[in-house]
Order: sequence, then structure tokens, then C-alpha cells
Amino acid sequence: MTDQHQVAYVRTEMLPEQAPPSSQQGVFKWVRENLFPDVVNSIMTVLALLIIYYLLSGFMPWLFGGVWTADSIRDCREILDAAGREVGGCFAVLTERWNQMLFGFTYPTDQYWRPFTAFLLLPFAVTGLMFMGLIAKAFRILAIVQLCMAALIVVGAMAQGSGLGMAVTPAILAVLAFAISTLAASGTPIVRYLILMTALYPFVAFWLIWGGSILSPLFVMIGLIIGYLVFKRGEAFGFAAGVALGLVATVIVWIIGGQIAGLAPDFLAFEAVRSRDMGGFMLNFILGTVCVSLSLPIGIVLALGRQSDMPIIKIICVVFIEFVRGVPLITLLFVANVVLNYFLPPGTNFDLILRVIIMITLFSSAYIAEVIRGGLAALPTGQYEAADSLGLDYAQATRLIILPQALKISIPGIVNVSVGLFKDTTLVSVISMFDLVGMIRGPILASTEWNGVYWELWGAAILLFFPVCYGISQYSQWLERQLDTSHR
Amino acid sequence: MKNSLILGAMTVAGLAAGVATAGTLEDVQARGKLNCGVTTGLVGFAAPDANGEWQGFDVAVCRAVAAAVLGDASAVEFVPTTGKTRFTALASGEIDMLARNTTWTFSRDVDLKFEFTGVNYYDGQGFMVPADLGVTSAKELDGATVCIQTGTTTELNLADFFRTNNISYEPVPIETNSEAQPLYLEGACDVYTTDASGLAATRAAFENPGDHVVLPEIISKEPLGPLVRHGDNEWGDIVRWTLNALITAEELGVTSANMSDMMAGTNNPEINRLLGTEGTLGAMLGLDADWAAKALAVSGNYGEIFETNIGENTPIGLSRGLNAQWKNGGLIYSPPFR
Repeated sequence: MTDQHQVAYVRTEMLPEQAPPSSQQGVFKWVRENLFPDVVNSIMTVLALLIIYYLLSGFMPWLFGGVWTADSIRDCREILDAAGREVGGCFAVLTERWNQMLFGFTYPTDQYWRPFTAFLLLPFAVTGLMFMGLIAKAFRILAIVQLCMAALIVVGAMAQGSGLGMAVTPAILAVLAFAISTLAASGTPIVRYLILMTALYPFVAFWLIWGGSILSPLFVMIGLIIGYLVFKRGEAFGFAAGVALGLVATVIVWIIGGQIAGLAPDFLAFEAVRSRDMGGFMLNFILGTVCVSLSLPIGIVLALGRQSDMPIIKIICVVFIEFVRGVPLITLLFVANVVLNYFLPPGTNFDLILRVIIMITLFSSAYIAEVIRGGLAALPTGQYEAADSLGLDYAQATRLIILPQALKISIPGIVNVSVGLFKDTTLVSVISMFDLVGMIRGPILASTEWNGVYWELWGAAILLFFPVCYGISQYSQWLERQLDTSHR
Repeated sequence: MKNSLILGAMTVAGLAAGVATAGTLEDVQARGKLNCGVTTGLVGFAAPDANGEWQGFDVAVCRAVAAAVLGDASAVEFVPTTGKTRFTALASGEIDMLARNTTWTFSRDVDLKFEFTGVNYYDGQGFMVPADLGVTSAKELDGATVCIQTGTTTELNLADFFRTNNISYEPVPIETNSEAQPLYLEGACDVYTTDASGLAATRAAFENPGDHVVLPEIISKEPLGPLVRHGDNEWGDIVRWTLNALITAEELGVTSANMSDMMAGTNNPEINRLLGTEGTLGAMLGLDADWAAKALAVSGNYGEIFETNIGENTPIGLSRGLNAQWKNGGLIYSPPFR
């Protein structure tokens, strides 16, 4: 090997690095590689740009040239004419009816903060469960979201001149979320308290939304707690006996509690709001959240029942699932609204929302049962046998070995059903309930002022539904990645 | 529901089953509220305004009955119903009366066991087409696509009309009037057919109403009126005569403006009987003597209600037409208050 330094034509030091040619870096490279790599794709790019331009040139003037304050659609048109604008949305309908679209038209206006608070509390109830390992980060994001919400309300209130008070709740909750985040980051075992918050949430939300005395939800909760304690004691006699004893105890507490709550209807009471007065997007949200969370446990029980060796249980589950799956949801809703009235004695007012919740829950639990059955079927028999060989009984094996794996497999299916269910809640507009779609189709479009405004209203409905559904599906993908234990 | 205790509620439901129901009037008075079925929204006839208050031509009938029975026009629980749920709601007792632009037909009256208590609007089914289609008569509509509301009498009338004229059509079924408007404007159907009042309201909301014509043919009779269940004639009488009181008041010139003067007594005995300053008409119905006066105080007589909700000075702009008083050549006619 010769000494390089002695050779005249060999450099003694490295050349400095040179920047790549301009065609091989930055925007140019990206554009050339992705948009204009060859003739066909170049034509496609140009075409796509033209189409985008065409769509935006129609949409943007409509959006930005819109009228936000007017008394009626005719007023809107006059304002547009006066301004000499060809197109422009009549968004004044949203300004005037926004609260109706969110809460329905009979919810007392001065009580809007109650469902709003319940809505803001919802992420606190679910974040602890949904982001097990990442609580600190999740709650930091939640704090930011709540702050943004508060800021939005402040801006909105400035514009409208009222409603500033609504910003207080998200501001307080932002601080709370930040505190939780900090605690979690410092390593405090906070999950236990978060789960307590989740367990409390349904009762708080009910009290906030429906109002009335705090005693009713309180006694329902106490009944469930006592039922659980009795179950724990009774479990010694076997799982089924424990469940039965727990149920009996719960019902006894409910009956006694119902009497006591009846005696003091004004104890710590909000103004009571009847189910009939619920409406708007709030109704979709109530139905969606309640029915999804109820149908999951029922679906699990049904799926397990369908696999049972005991013929009666198996037959009951199979008949239920197949019957409910064989009937359209809209039929069940009609039964809830119309047919039940014939069976119930005249004058009984069996709460309509409750009837609808029962029907939608039955419907979706049958679907979720089938999804979970798929998960159960996908487990290798070895898992069942391994559980048996460890000496676990049925309840233990199911709880500790079978379900955790089966549920993980079923996540995409469950989320699919949930998103579908949330959107299906708009079907209640057909049985004359005023959910978001019902509000738009009925009262708003039938008012003399706004008859004839479509795009603006349905666009707003899309803007309300899309983030929720998209959020659920993104979450499920994240969850799948988190729980992925396969060795691919 | 105030109490969330489902089990408790169901127990109560079971107990309530044993309680026999009294007459509708007693029920309403005991409840302190009139349950009145209305549409989920029909321009001019029933729709909640920005404050959530129900307004409209049919709503006014509900309020008048509530005022006559309970003395309070706001003591009404409006139960929104769709074309499909309205009859079951009435038959099952969920509502006391239905004022939901419902056509009085033989089968609804006899077979469904309802009692129509009069007619508050004489309607008829018409056709609307774009002016540039060049159609001047409904008989030229051979092969047209027609937007039609399902579950209504219009659907049946349409089939009858096209069959008798031996022409064909393609129906585009829709659920509500508000769905029909964009479909029609986008050209999804050549023709939109519904009651003439609905056509007028729809056309009035268009950006260029002049581009659309309502064809001269009215192919059906649609007497719209409030209805109650069979079997409680006393209650039916109250609803019937409340509506008649509104109509008679217009005929006799009693308005919300001059009513208080007339309450002092007039030299027209029929006005006196109507307003309860003479005779015992109220007692015969089981109501206060001034029941009709209370009903009239809500939003005036029939003519006033018509003008404020759907008349020519509203955006809907319906002329009285068939719905003028019989003296002015219309069909609105009340039996005498005697």
C-alpha cells in the first residue's frame, strides 16, 4: 500500500460537502417526484388542480360571502342583493338557531350550562379508561382542548355580547385536567381515582341533564354499590349465586330509595327537565353514549351465552340475537314509540327516551354480541384448555384469559358498530323526536323564516357529526397499535 | 321523567293500569294541560319559533281549545307527530286531540274510529312545475317524475288521477316537505305535488318564485281539520264548537280588538250567546260561560288567525279562496250558536 500523501494527483484533504442540485432537493424534488413524474401523472395533476380550483371558486365566495345576521331567508337575499354579491350562504339561520340545534327547542335556555357541563365532563370520565398508559399526556391535551373551548366561548360571547359565563366551566376543568396531568407525571398512582370518576359520571351527568333532586341518582348509585358488595360476599357460594343475591339487594335499595326520594323532591334539586324537552345534538350524544356503553356489557354476556353448554341459555341468546338482527332498527323505534302505547295502560307516561334507549341498546348489543363471538371464535382452543389446566373455573377463565384476548381481537368490529350506532341515533327523527336531524328537518326548515335554507344547515350537521365519528375511529386505530402484542 | 328509578316507574305503571279513565275533559282538567298533536313542522301551520314557542294555523286551534277548557292558552303540551305516528298517538290516548292538517276521509273517520270535529282549512292537491317546462295542464304530465310525500292521501290521489287520465308517472317518494324543495329545485323530479297551500308556501320560499307555476288542476278535496277519538262525544263537542266559535266570531265581526267592548253586551243576541253574556251555552258544554271569549282572546277569530299565520300579508301569502266565509263565497260556515 503506497503512501497517499506522496502521490501528486491525490487530494490531501476531503472536499467540503456540496448541496445537492436544486432539482434533487426540497420542494422541487417533492413536486417533481410526486406531482409530475411522467406525462400521464402530470396531466392528472393539472386536472386535479383544475377541479380543486373549480370547487373552491364556488365554495369560497359562498362561505366567505355569507350573511351571518338576518331575520329570515328573504332578509338574507336582500342583504346579498344590496351588497351585489352573486352567491353567499345564509348562515344567519345558524346564528339564530344554533342553540336549538344543540339542545332542542324546549330545553330551558337558562339551564344550557348543565348539559354543557356534562358534555365537558365526559372526557374526564373516559380518558382514564381509554388512555391507560398515557394519562399524563392525555390529560395535558385535554387541558389544552378545554382552554381552547373556553377561549372560543369568550370570543363568541364578545361577538354576541352575552354568554360569557359559559366559559367558566371549561376554564375550571382545564385547570383540573392540568392538575391531573401534573400528578400523573409525578408518578402519583392516580388511576384508581380516575376510575372512581368514571363510575360517578353517569349519575352526575343524569343529575345535570335531567335535573331534579340529587337523591334519585344517589340512591341508584348506592343500590349498585350495595349490590356489588353483596355480590362480593355471595361470590363464595358461586358466581351465579353472587349475581342473584347482588341483584336482589340492589332492587331492595332502589325501592326503599325511591320512597325516600319521593318524600324530598327538592333536596339539592336543579330545575327538572322532562325527556320530551331534550333535543338537538345533545339528544344524539345522550343516546350514542348511553347505548354504546350499555350495549357493550350486554353484548359480552350474549356472546358468552351463545357459546354456553347450557341449552336454555344458549337458545335464549341465539333467539334474541337472531331476532333483533333480523329486524330493522327503525321498526324497533316504531315499536318503542307507537306500538308500546297500545300495550301500556292509558295515561301511563313511560319515558320516551328510556324506551328508545332500551330499543337501540337491544339492537346494538345483538350486533356487538356477534362481533365478540367472532373474537371468541378466533381464539385458539389451546387458550381455553390452558385455562382449564390451570384449574380456573369458568368465571375466572373467562375474565382472566378468554375475554381480554377476545375483546382485543374485536376492537375494530366494536368501534365499527359504535360509530354506526352514533349515526343511527338520527333515526329517532322519524318517530318525531327532535334530535339534530329532526330539528333541522322539522322546526327549523318548517319555520316561515328559514324555509328554503339547506346547505348551511346540513353543512353544520356534518361539522358536528364528523369530528366525533372520526375521533372514535382514530382512537380505535391507536388502541389497536397499543394492544398489539403479535410478533410480526 | 323526574324519577330515574325504572323499577319504581314500572310499578307505578302497573298500579295505574287498575285506574279507570274518566272522560277526556275531566282528564284534561285534572292534568291542567291539553295534549295536542301537531306536525313536526309545516310552514305556516305549525312550527316552533326561535324562542321555542309553537306558532301556526293549526297550533292556534290547540291554543283556543286549551283556553276554552283550562282558561290558559299556554297550558298546551304540543306533541309533535309525523304522518305515520299521528293516528296511533291519538288512538292510544297519548294526545287528546290532533290538529295536524289531517284530511277528513271516510276511512279515517269510520275505520280508524276518529271523529273529525270540523274543517279549519279547505285544501286540494295541486301540481307545481318549472315555468320553462312549458306545461299548462296536469294532463300533459305523461311520463313525468313526481316528488310525492309518502304516507299521505296525496300519494293515493296522485295514483288515482294518473290512472283515470291514462297517463304514466314515476314517483319519487319523500318524507317531508322540506326534503321535497331541494329535490325539486335540483331537478330530481319534474313535478312537485302536495296540497295547494303547501305548494304556495314552498314556492314563496324560492329565490325566483316566478320561474315556477302552479298548474290550474286541483285534483282532490282535502278538507283539513282537527280530530278526536271515537267514543267521547262530550269532548268532541268541545273541540267542534271551539272551532265553530272562532268561525262564527269572524262572521259576526267579533275580533280580538273589539271583543272586550262586546263583552259588555250588544244588541245582537247571537254575539251575546257566543260570548256568554246571555244564555247557558257554556254550561251545556260543561265549561265556563265565557269559554268562547277565552278562546277568542288568544289570537282572535278565524279570519285573524288566518291572516297572521298564512294570509296574504305573510311570506306564505295564501288568499282566502275556498276558506272565505260563506257570505263571501267561501266554504267556511258554522252552524248557529243557539
